[in-house]
Amino acid sequence: MCSTCGCGGEDETTRVTLVDGPEPVHAHPHDHAHPHEHPHEHEHETRTVLLEQDILAKNDLLAAATRHRLAEHAITAINLMSSPGSGKTTLLERTVRDLAGRRETLVVEGDQETWLDAQRIRATGSKVVQINTGAGCHLDAEMLDRGLNELAPPDGSLVFVENVGNLVCPALFDLGEAARVVIISVTEGADKPAKYPYMFRTADLVLLNKIDLLPYVDFDVDLCVDLIRRLKPDVELLHVSATRGDGLDAWHSWLDAR
Amino acid sequence: MSLTRSRSTPKAGRPTVGRVHELAITESIVDAIVEKIGDGPVAAVRLEVGRLSGVVTDSIRFCFEIVAGGTGLEGARLDIDEPSGRAYCRDCRREFGLDDPIMLCDCGSADLDILAGRELRIISVEVR
Repeated sequence: MCSTCGCGGEDETTRVTLVDGPEPVHAHPHDHAHPHEHPHEHEHETRTVLLEQDILAKNDLLAAATRHRLAEHAITAINLMSSPGSGKTTLLERTVRDLAGRRETLVVEGDQETWLDAQRIRATGSKVVQINTGAGCHLDAEMLDRGLNELAPPDGSLVFVENVGNLVCPALFDLGEAARVVIISVTEGADKPAKYPYMFRTADLVLLNKIDLLPYVDFDVDLCVDLIRRLKPDVELLHVSATRGDGLDAWHSWLDAR
Repeated sequence: MSLTRSRSTPKAGRPTVGRVHELAITESIVDAIVEKIGDGPVAAVRLEVGRLSGVVTDSIRFCFEIVAGGTGLEGARLDIDEPSGRAYCRDCRREFGLDDPIMLCDCGSADLDILAGRELRIISVEVR
């Protein structure tokens, strides 16, 4: 069963691939041997067993362990989330190139299918792992854990995690990242923050991307910013153009401070 | 929502988009219960899904039938408590109830501490 949409299966279909050259190296997920216990006799009466646990406890525990592990090695993981087409990968390509020589930068790419984004990142010279979620529409803590094991980031490095393009599901899943960045572009509706409040409320930073296109589109920047502030008053917000370079110094400074 | 959205504005289309991640949530529920109590038949499951949790209970019910199939939870009754949201406004220093995902105080402030309504918990199961 898919983790999210109902088709396929998460464990069966999630694939983690180190993309390095033309022949991707596959990482084969291990089999899970789950011994199932049958602790009780079957009775006709029912008894109530108190569980009192968070539904996402398993994800959140693994995310906490990942966060701890990364902090111990001074590795900063940034979770990038947005709709499809907001310019995440373009921003990453540019950022990886701009940061070359300043800090080692590695990338975990999340997509349902294909290695296309990973190959774009690979072309920048950065080490990259592609996670294909199959039918799943978000990354979870277990997938990032596997991705990081494959990526093996060195101490002190910066790891970008490009989540699956989706403003709904990724909002609920902590990956163990140091910060969450939500990207919205001016070719989208300015009311998007209001439509996807959970996502924008989890953001540490919002990047308003493609501002070079503002003269050509009907996008109300003030409305968008106001909606974002209403959802999260203290969120940091930067106006950028990943293609023309506007605002990228501020973006780099924000990253340097992580 | 517009800038002047009032708290009485109907919620926009949540069940439609909501179904997307509720399946992952439902799988986590079933996995967690099977892990704790094995494959033994379960008569009922009690959940707490706060009204500000971002999770749509109708979708959980829909997904539960699918996900529970073939496990000890198949056919189990699903009882879902939906605690209301409560928030404290840091601007006007008032505590109030709210069930709308666009969280605003009547004074217009969005600078709120959410006190309740984000619960996403498995409370108990009734084992046969």
